[in-house]
Amino acid sequence: MDWFPLWNSLRIAAIATVVIFFLGILAAHWIAKLPRVLKGILDVVLTLPMVLPPTVVGYLLILLLGPKRPIGAFILNTFGIKLVMTWWSAIFATVVVGFPLMYRTVRGAFEAFDKDLAYAGRTLGLSNSYVFWHIQMPACRQGIVAGTVLAFARALGEYGATSMIAGYTPGRTATIATTVYQYWRTDNDAMALRWTLINIAISAVVLLAVNLLERNPKKTSKRRKGAA
Amino acid sequence: MSLTVQIKKQLGKFMLDVDFQAEDEVTGLLGASGCGKSMTLKCIAGIEKPDEGRIVLNGRTLFDSEKKINLSPQKRRVGYLFQQYALFPNMTVEKNIAVGAHAMPKGQRAAAVAESISAMRLEGLEKKFPAQLSGGQQQRTALARILISKPEVLLLDEPFSALDDYLKWQVEMELADTLKGFDGPTLFVSHSRDEVFHLCRSVCVLSNGKSEAMQSADELFRAPETLSACLLSGCKNFTRIKRLDKTHAKALDWGIDLEGVDIPESANCAGIRAHFIRPQPGPNQMECRVERVIHDLFSTVIMLKTPGGDSDWSLLRMEVSHQRWAALGEPETLTVSMEPADIMFLRETD
Repeated sequence: MDWFPLWNSLRIAAIATVVIFFLGILAAHWIAKLPRVLKGILDVVLTLPMVLPPTVVGYLLILLLGPKRPIGAFILNTFGIKLVMTWWSAIFATVVVGFPLMYRTVRGAFEAFDKDLAYAGRTLGLSNSYVFWHIQMPACRQGIVAGTVLAFARALGEYGATSMIAGYTPGRTATIATTVYQYWRTDNDAMALRWTLINIAISAVVLLAVNLLERNPKKTSKRRKGAA
Repeated sequence: MSLTVQIKKQLGKFMLDVDFQAEDEVTGLLGASGCGKSMTLKCIAGIEKPDEGRIVLNGRTLFDSEKKINLSPQKRRVGYLFQQYALFPNMTVEKNIAVGAHAMPKGQRAAAVAESISAMRLEGLEKKFPAQLSGGQQQRTALARILISKPEVLLLDEPFSALDDYLKWQVEMELADTLKGFDGPTLFVSHSRDEVFHLCRSVCVLSNGKSEAMQSADELFRAPETLSACLLSGCKNFTRIKRLDKTHAKALDWGIDLEGVDIPESANCAGIRAHFIRPQPGPNQMECRVERVIHDLFSTVIMLKTPGGDSDWSLLRMEVSHQRWAALGEPETLTVSMEPADIMFLRETD
C-alpha cells in the first residue's frame, strides 16, 4: 500500500498549524487593541473562511495565486516558482481555513485574561513584551492549546480548497481526503474504506487529546493541593 | 515628599474631578462604590489617562496635560496593590517576588528576595503557587512584591475586600505594621469607614467623582461638614433643615424645631448618629411611633416614625442596649430627645 497520502496530509497539517499558531496569536493580540469599528470589520473578514464553503475559499485562492493571477504571476516571474498544484499549495488552503479557529479561540482567552495581572506587571516595571510572553501567554495557555489542536484537526480534514489548489496527483499532491474521493470515484471501495478508517483513527486521537487537555487544569490544581 | 493629584476625566455620565495632596502618611480615599476611587488610582499609576490635569510625585511630574508629559507605568515607581492582589498565577511565591526585584543587579536579587520573604513571614511558602495561599498570605506576597520594587508611593485598592470577615481584623493589623515601615505617601482606597478610621491619618472624601477638601480622620468622624462625608462616616439619620439663627433651625423631615450649637450659615441639613438618640424626654424632644424593632447582636435597633411626614428621612434609627429596651416595656409610641451638641449640621453639595 502507498502511504504517501498519510505522510503528505500530516506534513501539510503540521506546517499549516505552525503558521496558524503564530498568525492566530498575533492577530488576536493586535486586533483586541483596535478601535471597535475596525475590530468588527477585521473580525468578520478573518472569520469568513470558517463559514464559507471550502470550494469558495479554494476559488478565491486560485484567483489570487494562480499562475496568471496577480500574486501568482509575480512570484512565477520573479522566483520561477509556481504556487499552485504542488504539495505545499495545500498549505495555503489549510492555513486560511484553519486560521479562524485559532484566532477566535485565542481571542476569547485573551479577552478573559484578568487585565489587572498585566497592569500589575507594568507598574512593577516589567516591559510590555515580558508581560505578554511570561504572564499573559501562560495564563491563556489552555485557550492557545485548544485553538492549536482545533486548527490542526481542521487542517488535517481539509478537502475542498485543497483539491482545487493542489489537485490530486498520486505520489505528489494526494492527501487522505483527496485519496478517499479518488478511490470512491473509481469504484475502489476497499481502498476508500481503508483510508476512511485511517482518517477516523487520526481524528479520534486528536479529539481525545483535546478532551484530555480540557480536563487537565483540574488535575493540576488537585496535584498542587496534594503537594501542599 | 508628597503626591499631588489634580486631574479630570470624563467617565460615561459623570466627571471625575479629583484634587488633593498626600504627604508621607496614610491618606484615605473614602467613597461609595463606583464613585471613581479605583479610576483615580489607575490614573496615578499610568494605567488610565486623565483628560487633563497633572500628577506630581516627589517633585517628579508623572503626568501633565499642558506640558504633554505622560510617563509609562513602568517609569512611575508606583506600588499598586490590586483588590484581588493580581499575583501571577503561573509563578511561585518566590518567583512573584523576584519579578518585583528585576531591576536589581543579579547578584543582589536572591538575597533581597529571601530577606523580603522573611520580613513578610512567608517562610515555607516559597514554592507554593498563589492559588494555594490564604487571602492573608496572598496579600503579604503581593505587598512583598511591591515593596521590593522600591516604589515611591503605595496605592492600596480596597485591600480587604477579597478577605473573609474573620480574617480582616488580623490582616488589617499586619498591613498597618507594614505601612509603618514605608516612608512615602500611601493612598488607601476604601468604602469602609472602619478601615479608613483605623489606618488613615487624613481622609479625602470622593462623592460622585468629585473630591472634597482633605480632613483629618478624627475630624471627619467627629464633625463631618458635608452630607456625603457624614453618610460615609456611618451616620444613619438625616433631615433637611431651614436655618433660623446660630442655634435654631427647622427640621423639615422630622417636623420639629431643632436647637443646636453653632449652626453654620451654609448648613442645609443635619444628622445624628443612631446611638445618640435618647429614649427619654429632654432637649429637641419629639413624639415618635415605633415602626419596627430589630434585635441586633449587641443592641436593639428601633425604627421610629417622626412627626415630620412620609419622606425617607422621616424614619429615625435609634440604637439602645438590650437592657434599656427591655426596661421600656414594648411601647407603641416613644418620646425621644437629642442633646444639641450631638447634632451635626451639614452642607449638602450636589
